[in-house]
Amino acid sequence: MSDDFTPLASSLGGALIGLASALVLLVQGRVAGVSGILDGVLHPRPGEFAWRAAFVAGLGVAGGAAALLAPALVSASSDRPPVLIALAGLLVGFGTRLGSGCTSGHGVCGLSRFSRRSLVSVITFLAVGALTAVLVGRWLGSP
Amino acid sequence: MKAVLLGLGAGVLFGTGLVLAGMTRPAKVIAFLDVAGDWDPSLAFVVVGAIAVHLVAWRLVPRLGRPLGGGHFALPTRTDIDARLVVGAVLFGLGWGLGGYCPGPALTAAASGAPSTLLFVGAMIVGIWAHARWEAR
Repeated sequence: MSDDFTPLASSLGGALIGLASALVLLVQGRVAGVSGILDGVLHPRPGEFAWRAAFVAGLGVAGGAAALLAPALVSASSDRPPVLIALAGLLVGFGTRLGSGCTSGHGVCGLSRFSRRSLVSVITFLAVGALTAVLVGRWLGSP
Repeated sequence: MKAVLLGLGAGVLFGTGLVLAGMTRPAKVIAFLDVAGDWDPSLAFVVVGAIAVHLVAWRLVPRLGRPLGGGHFALPTRTDIDARLVVGAVLFGLGWGLGGYCPGPALTAAASGAPSTLLFVGAMIVGIWAHARWEAR
């Protein structure tokens, strides 16, 4: 096992994510699925744009603060070549919209309400994600 | 105005959670997904921590007639498993395993200005746009 194992920080971070999603749900009445939120910013609809744009701005504020205070936490050190990163971005953008959600929408919000659709999605993207990481890792020569 | 404040506050909280959890470090995400490598199970704790809190919120929904900020609930209602759901998840998984980023962490980390993160976000936006075009064809 990696010595980068951070169960406490990861659990706490997860709790904050759950809390933030709960706020969006209970105050705004919407699912806090980031792919859907971003989609709503890129394709604005009346009444659905402002809170989403503000949410994305909020993500940026948190990330910007981290970049100043704890830059190692937002480091882009995956060592993947740019062409793979671009391909990855395309796949994530297209796939999350086609599949109606991502780790936050299906993984957190969907599983929390025992959604069958989300369970299928999560199992699928976790399995494919793992397989991809394993294969790419061997191909690129990871430890 | 209320909606903007809610969005901003939730976004800051969410982004902070992502950073704390380690999700904004693609190397850490890949170390979680690459089960054959030097495995880091930390991210399993992220989803467990998140669901533990969020579950409570879902149970409160039926008791609220309306969202606390006014308006109405607009929540998913579909229960069918269709090809779009599965193929979408496959494509997302491919991208996630390749790049180590999913949408939230990518947007959060992009604030650092790191070129590879900006590249990912740009490509992700193109992907979202491409999907919208494909659906509208």
